[in-house]
Amino acid sequence: MADRVKVREQDPKVRAKNFDEVCFGYNEDEAALEASRCLHCKNPQCVKGCPVGLHIPEFIAELKNKNFEGAISEIHKSSSLPAICGRVCPQETQCEAKCVLGIKGEPVAIGKLERFIADYAREHGLEDNIEINKNGKKVAVIGSGPAGLSCATDLAKLGYDVTIFEALHTAGGVLTYGIPEFRLPKDEVVKAEVENVKKLGVKIETNVIVGKTISIDSLRNEEKFDAIFIGSGAGLPMFMHIPGENSNGVFSANEFLTRANLMKGFRDDYDTPIKVGKKVIVVGGGNVAMDAARTALRLGAETHIVYRRSENELPARLEEVHHAKEEGIIFDTLCNPVEIIADENDNVKAVKLIRMELGEPDEKGRRRPVEIKGSEFDIDCDMVIMALGTTPNPMLPKNTKGLETDKKGCILHDEETTATSIGGIFVGGDAATGAATVILAMGAGKKAAIGIHNYLMNK
Amino acid sequence: MYKIIKKKDLADKLCLYEIEHNRLAKAAMPGQFLIVKIDEKGERIPLTICDYDREKGTVTIVVQEVGATTKRMNAMKEGDYFKDVVGPLGNASDLIGLSKDELNQKKILFIAGGLGAAPVYPQAKYLSELGVSFDVILGSKSVNTLILEKEYSDLNCNLYVCTDDESYGFKGPVTNVLKMLCDGSISEANYKTIDGKIVKGRDICKSVDKKTYGHAVAIGSAVMMKFSCLTTKELGIPTIVSMNTLMVDGTGMCGACRLMVGDELKFCCIDGPEFDGHKIDFDAVIKRQAQYKDEESRALLRLNEGPTHHGNCGNCGG
Repeated sequence: MADRVKVREQDPKVRAKNFDEVCFGYNEDEAALEASRCLHCKNPQCVKGCPVGLHIPEFIAELKNKNFEGAISEIHKSSSLPAICGRVCPQETQCEAKCVLGIKGEPVAIGKLERFIADYAREHGLEDNIEINKNGKKVAVIGSGPAGLSCATDLAKLGYDVTIFEALHTAGGVLTYGIPEFRLPKDEVVKAEVENVKKLGVKIETNVIVGKTISIDSLRNEEKFDAIFIGSGAGLPMFMHIPGENSNGVFSANEFLTRANLMKGFRDDYDTPIKVGKKVIVVGGGNVAMDAARTALRLGAETHIVYRRSENELPARLEEVHHAKEEGIIFDTLCNPVEIIADENDNVKAVKLIRMELGEPDEKGRRRPVEIKGSEFDIDCDMVIMALGTTPNPMLPKNTKGLETDKKGCILHDEETTATSIGGIFVGGDAATGAATVILAMGAGKKAAIGIHNYLMNK
Repeated sequence: MYKIIKKKDLADKLCLYEIEHNRLAKAAMPGQFLIVKIDEKGERIPLTICDYDREKGTVTIVVQEVGATTKRMNAMKEGDYFKDVVGPLGNASDLIGLSKDELNQKKILFIAGGLGAAPVYPQAKYLSELGVSFDVILGSKSVNTLILEKEYSDLNCNLYVCTDDESYGFKGPVTNVLKMLCDGSISEANYKTIDGKIVKGRDICKSVDKKTYGHAVAIGSAVMMKFSCLTTKELGIPTIVSMNTLMVDGTGMCGACRLMVGDELKFCCIDGPEFDGHKIDFDAVIKRQAQYKDEESRALLRLNEGPTHHGNCGNCGG
């Protein structure tokens, strides 16, 4: 079997200084060649690994024959955001992990192929020409992130009149404020995908915080929505609660990334300021930590990732870790901050770390990090970014009577229908599960669309 | 897009904007804030709501020109549009929802310093409309920067105006007036007028014996709130302050607005903006507010002088 077609990327030395996309993606010939590696298994496993059940073998078969129109229409049957998924899904633990070719060699590059065809379709104006029969029912979607967009798309295709309410000034949720430009271009990709959703008739109203600007009750009673989907996403950033954590120069990854991605703070012509130290410590090992570290690096800082477990346990996508290393991010694994040290003006000047070792496995089977007594040491730095995860946003449950949450603040819901404790209100994505991935949120949005459809058809 | 219905210069670099925003006007409560972003490239600026008119569908804010964005904002005219206005954010004042009797029993004092006159106003107006009696100390650096005096004097309350430079009213700062009210030493003889002008119909101090207050709301700069809280603590008056922290999204996502209240970590946007002033470490708050001073000064230079010296050349170390 031929090797996987290598995808072209920006040189690490060059890209470490710019915000252009790292990966160039396949061209037509490369895509067709890679597609030809697919064995077309009788019982394809790849699809089982996909949270949205993408028609993988079908679109790859069309690609192999360079029938691009056919390929994109296969994708549109199950995904509304292929250009995004092709870029940010953890394929190595999903579709590609199940690919038979992966047993002996490298699996088919399903993510890169999805990205190619989505980009091709956008560049050549191949649209999702589905015929929509309006059914006269109204659904409100709270949040325009991946959960909300995918839920809105599926409902619109089923004939619903859908309005998305977005709290920020730009649609896209984490795709816009969280994931950096060099991984997911905002204008070319995110905006374009949002436009595709609008072309299905979905309305997007920005600057509306449901629970504050308008209540769920008024959406139902005054604005006459028949059902509501909550996709309000992740909320409060977590901190370590160690001494010195409120010093100047300590940021949550959410703040740092929002200033860079949503507010474009790194550009002179935008007003929002962004701080970048000369030496930056990013605490955490997930995708958000990688994004924050690589953003700080691009803004000129020497950047370290501090992670309490070993490299094997890093929860980030493999490709992101690989890219981060190539670009020159330094990994200080098996270390954990115990204190942040500031100068007399309260500006960060160092972090006190303690060395860790791996102990017994925890309930998830990951080996628990244990402090090595007396191993503390200081590392100089002038900025610290905490990328420790988030807890669900409390705003909506707090302001909505009867909407029940669990101890962590996740909105309680039925696993099958996604229905919440209030009839006619459904939930999906980080608001329901706590911080997860774009594709899981999309999967949840699709599931909720079916739940809402069944609910309204049987009403 | 949100239309500027009315724009009024209140004082030097202090401007009032009335903005068309139906949804926000309908939902706003005293104590809450909003975020405004003037155009595509602007910052998200958090501002406490100064007034709202549910029937007209408008909200009012007062903005001080301090940096590049607010300078650009103050160049905007009536009929222009802000690209984004979102809110109301944060929690309503704890006073909202209490009965008239409960509010009267509290013996409420508002202390408004400088721009703080704007965020105090909707709370004072709310109490006035309920017929609750209360006092207001309205302080400013100078008569030239005193704002909303007329609006306050139209409310049903005792109003004590003061200026730090003794150009008008009682001798400031606000803590000075507070002490005089509480020890009974305040006197009309100390009240400076301009051309004999005293606020219309205001009984300034005749009825004053020693005042006792059971609840204070102090809003102004961090320095003003710090000293107000030190004084009210001495006097044993529980005091609420409204914190104006750094903020990006205002919806609990970024954590820029975090602060310690006692020994608890709080987010101003979700838990506030009002907190127990006696539990705030104002020195820490003041240091944190200075976090973007360099960047903001550069941005202002860039706006005023174009691409001249705004860092990154390496020559001055800036």
